[in-house]
Amino acid sequence: MSDTSIPALRAEALESLLIEKGLLSEAEIDQTLEFYNERVGPMNGARMVARAWVDEDFRRRMLADGTGAVDEFKFVGGEVQKLVVVENTPDVHNMVVCTLCSCYPWAVLGLPPKWYKDPAYRSRSVREPRAVLAEFGVELDPDKEVRVWDSSAEVRYMVLPERPAGTEHLDERALAEIVSRDAMIGVAVCESSAVRQGL
Amino acid sequence: MDGIHDLGGKQGFGTIERNLPEKAFAARWEAAVFTMTRTARSCGALQNTDQFRFAVERIDPVAYLTHSYYGRWLGAVENLLVEARVVSSEELAERVVASGGDADALIAARPDPALGPIAAETASGARRPVSAPPLHELGQRVQTAAAPSSGHTRLPAYARNRCGVIRALHEVWVLPDSNAHGAGEQPEHLYTVEFSGEELWGAGAEPGTRVCLDLFESYLSAADLEKGNNP
Repeated sequence: MSDTSIPALRAEALESLLIEKGLLSEAEIDQTLEFYNERVGPMNGARMVARAWVDEDFRRRMLADGTGAVDEFKFVGGEVQKLVVVENTPDVHNMVVCTLCSCYPWAVLGLPPKWYKDPAYRSRSVREPRAVLAEFGVELDPDKEVRVWDSSAEVRYMVLPERPAGTEHLDERALAEIVSRDAMIGVAVCESSAVRQGL
Repeated sequence: MDGIHDLGGKQGFGTIERNLPEKAFAARWEAAVFTMTRTARSCGALQNTDQFRFAVERIDPVAYLTHSYYGRWLGAVENLLVEARVVSSEELAERVVASGGDADALIAARPDPALGPIAAETASGARRPVSAPPLHELGQRVQTAAAPSSGHTRLPAYARNRCGVIRALHEVWVLPDSNAHGAGEQPEHLYTVEFSGEELWGAGAEPGTRVCLDLFESYLSAADLEKGNNP
C-alpha cells in the first residue's frame, strides 16, 4: 500500500538543505540510526517481565507503579513520563494500541514495529481485537475478557504476559530470552521454547 | 480535527502486514526524518509533542495513508519548518527536481501560512503540579463530549458521546487541545476511562471486550444514570 520513494527523495532533499544551513549534520543521523537500530529494543521490557516472574515483590511494585519499576533498572534512553503495566491473567488478556498516532512505550520496548503504526492495526484493534489476535495466532477462550488500551495521552502501556508452563527450571536471565516484544504489546503469548528475536 | 489520522474503528483496511525481520529504521532517510524532528526543536519551529502530532494530522490525507509512518513525520517536519520560515517550499521543490524527483509527485506537507512558531513549554514533559482536586472519582460513570473538535484533540471520534467508567486517575497533564496550538498549557486531570465493546460498537461488538482510553477532564461530564448503558 505504501510507496516510500516519494518521501525518501523529499527527505533527502530536505536533509541536504538543512545541512547547508548548518542546522543538521550527517553524523547526527548516523547516531540516530545506530542508536535505535543497534542499541535500543524490547530487551528492557523483557528484563522487567522476567524479574516480575521470579520476584513477587517486584511484580506487585511494577503493577502498582510501572514508572517506579523502570527506575529500578538503569536503562539507556529509558525516560518515561508514566508507565502502566497491565497483567494478563487466566481471565483477562490485554493488548496495546494507539489509534490516533502511534504512541508506544519506547523506554521499555524501543521504537515500534511497522505494523503497529499501520492503519490496519490501529483501526481494527479497538473494534475487533479478537479477530486481530487470531491473525497473530492468539486464540483465546471465549470466556476470557479482552482489554484494549488505546494510548490517547502521555501514559504508556506495557503488558505483563503470563509465565508459560515448563519454565520452572529457568532463571531470570533465561526467562528474559523467551519474552517477545509482541507479547509485551499483547498480540502474542510467551512460550517456553521461544527465543526472542532481535535486541 | 476529523482527520484521516483518527483511525479507531474504521473498517476496510484488511489484514495486518507483518514484515520480518524488522529494524527500527528500514532505510537511512527514515532516521534522517527522525533526526529532523530534533532539528525542528532546536531551531524553535517545534515546541511540544502536541504541536508535532497536530502537524502530522494536517498533512495530505492521501499521503497519510500511502507515504508510510516516516513519510507522515516528514510531512509534519516540513509543515513546521516552512511555517517557521526555516526553509521555503520553493527551495525544497527545486532541490527535489534537481535530484531527479517528479515535480508533480504527491507532497505530504501542507504548510499553513497563518501558522508560525509558538511559545516554549513552561517545563519539560507534560506533567504539571496538581492545583485543584479532580472532578471525578474512581468507579464513577462519565459521558464523553459529543461535539467534534476542529483542532487537535485526544478524544477519538469512536469514543465521542459514549458512557464509560473511571478506572484510574493520573493527576494533572498539559491539555493537548490547547497546547498543540500554542494557546497555553491549561493543565487538567487525566483519567483512564473504560468502555464496553457494546457501548462503542453496538450489538455487533465482539463479546467480552473492553477498551480503555486516557481522557482529559474537559472531555468528560458525569453520566446521566437514567439513560446511560451499563458498560
